[in-house]
Amino acid sequence: MEVFKSHRGIMVTLDRANVDTDQIIPKQFLKSIQRTGFEKNLFHDWRYLSDGKPNPDFPLNQERFKKASILVARNNFGCGSSREHAVWAIQQYGFKAVFAPRAERNGTSIPAFADIFRNNSTKNGLLTVELKEAEVEEIFQMVDRYTGLEATVDLERQRVTLHLPEEISFHFEIDPSVKEHLVRGLDEIRQTLQLEQNIKAFEDRHNTQR
Amino acid sequence: MARTLFEKIWDRHVVTILPDGTVLLYIDRHLVHEVTSPQAFEGLRLARTKVRRPELTFATMDHNVPTDDRMNIKDPISKAQIEALAENAREFGITLYDLKSDQQGIVHIIGPELGITLPGTTIVCGDSHTSTHGAFGTLAFGIGTSEVEHVLATQCLRQKKPKTFKVEFKGKLKPWVAAKDMILKLIGAIGTAGGTGYVLEYGGEAIGPLSMEARMTVCNMSIEAGARAGMIAPDDTTFQYIASGNRPFAPKGKAFDESVAFWKTLPTDPDAKYDRELTIDASLITPQVTWGTNPGMVMDVTGRIPEPDQVPGYSRKDVEQALSYMGLKPGTPITEIKIDTVFIGSCTNARIEDLRTAAKIFKGRKVAPRVRVLVVPGSQQVKKQAESEGLDKIFKSAGAEWRESGCSMCLGMNPDQLKPGERSASTSNRNFEGRQGKGGRTHLVSPEMAAAAAVTGHFVDIRSLPR
Repeated sequence: MEVFKSHRGIMVTLDRANVDTDQIIPKQFLKSIQRTGFEKNLFHDWRYLSDGKPNPDFPLNQERFKKASILVARNNFGCGSSREHAVWAIQQYGFKAVFAPRAERNGTSIPAFADIFRNNSTKNGLLTVELKEAEVEEIFQMVDRYTGLEATVDLERQRVTLHLPEEISFHFEIDPSVKEHLVRGLDEIRQTLQLEQNIKAFEDRHNTQR
Repeated sequence: MARTLFEKIWDRHVVTILPDGTVLLYIDRHLVHEVTSPQAFEGLRLARTKVRRPELTFATMDHNVPTDDRMNIKDPISKAQIEALAENAREFGITLYDLKSDQQGIVHIIGPELGITLPGTTIVCGDSHTSTHGAFGTLAFGIGTSEVEHVLATQCLRQKKPKTFKVEFKGKLKPWVAAKDMILKLIGAIGTAGGTGYVLEYGGEAIGPLSMEARMTVCNMSIEAGARAGMIAPDDTTFQYIASGNRPFAPKGKAFDESVAFWKTLPTDPDAKYDRELTIDASLITPQVTWGTNPGMVMDVTGRIPEPDQVPGYSRKDVEQALSYMGLKPGTPITEIKIDTVFIGSCTNARIEDLRTAAKIFKGRKVAPRVRVLVVPGSQQVKKQAESEGLDKIFKSAGAEWRESGCSMCLGMNPDQLKPGERSASTSNRNFEGRQGKGGRTHLVSPEMAAAAAVTGHFVDIRSLPR
């Protein structure tokens, strides 16, 4: 897995809440037995018109976002199906990080990302950054105002910086184990295999039949 | 210390606590299907790793399977994916229920049927609806393909301990109100992210009388509330289910009695605390129908399509986008929405009890003109059982199509799909855009509500259908 320390890139905004993994990569593209080749079908049904031509209204098709490498979305991004293909598609398209807000609605707090999607992202080295709703709102406005606006996301310092004429930066929280995993680019399976003695000892005392 | 059902199962599966505070959790059963596994097996091959416990790993093919002529898969890519699973199962020594097996079916339907799903165990599968198995007092959750590979190689997962959330359904359900309505009501109340980070435990007066089939429907859709797992404490209903029928992997005789004695220790201790609790009055739940593009956009069948600025938890824009996709106007009564297709099936509602319920509505009635109805049993065993009870004849004489087992139109990875603009009443679990076919419009309902829509051609309050 790639190491993630910091990344600077253009941001593209996707103004929809509750984007599910069926939208990120529709079911007909899950038939592949490969791990690659998903980028062209990322957001397929929104990105292409019924005749297969690019939908000019969809942000990824707009000239100013062509080189974007940071996706900025709304709350509960990646909900629904556990398909890791969604993460592969986002990464293979060229995104290094996804920003989304934790939102407050009627006294309940809605996380930025769905649980399985966030897990899958970490396993693949795609950084998911949960920001405050006002911060994401500001990003949406600034991206509208400044064509080609870039941000730097510094994982080690847990900061997002918007490269405006006067820079703005936001602190973000991240689970320490997720941070460690990304910063060091760890191979979890190899690591767990090294715990063979613990696993064997557990199996000797554990009954899997109940 | 007093512990919840979840905590008891979690604690007995902790292999070790890792330096970063995450837990290495042991997995008792790993279910595998054709869509989310090929890249994981390929990873094992590249690393020259074996499957650690092939005897705890069970595979079937369900997502790509045609439900008409199942042995003749016309889509070469679907066929290749199915063949890849067969090859992987052979190479790594895993039990496979393939298309020739009379035990094949949707992975979450065959696990319980075969006695693979047992209380107190941990089950994972590369599929978000793995939460279904929680109905047995099992800790069961969906994982991605990287984690599938991790479990294949190590029989463990690195997990952060989730929080606990008790959902108490107090009071009794009214007639013709189904388990599906309970879970849709909950998702409507807490939203599609309301359970994120939690394991839900369902309890209360309305849960106890539910059959295992109904409990599985409730737990199945926990993920639609954002929770990876949903659980119900095991009780006599659970034990009877496991003891009945032909369940080759369930303990028998003395081993069964010992297991029951252990399973009885699993329910949450009286003084145990949850991180969050919510009570829903089950006696007030009415038949539910989704109107939008996620399962939280749901209302009573007696309601009207909402105004965009009047939906708690959603912005005006969210609702406008949903209504535009669904082709619906605010103020339209739910019961005036006409449907083109009815799908009765999926890991949510394709068990024998679901089919019996639907058959009660179809009996002596005809499918409304121009409505297409697919009834898709969840497994070959469900199909056989339904046919032995004559349910297939009821469906067919009403004008419905009776199919072979598979995921079918729940996600349209196979030939069963909606056409653009077509509207369905569906017993499945997701009304996302394009889920049942590009441009398709899905309304989620219970099996009885789906059957009632099939015979009238529009949504109808099942409670008012003449008997």
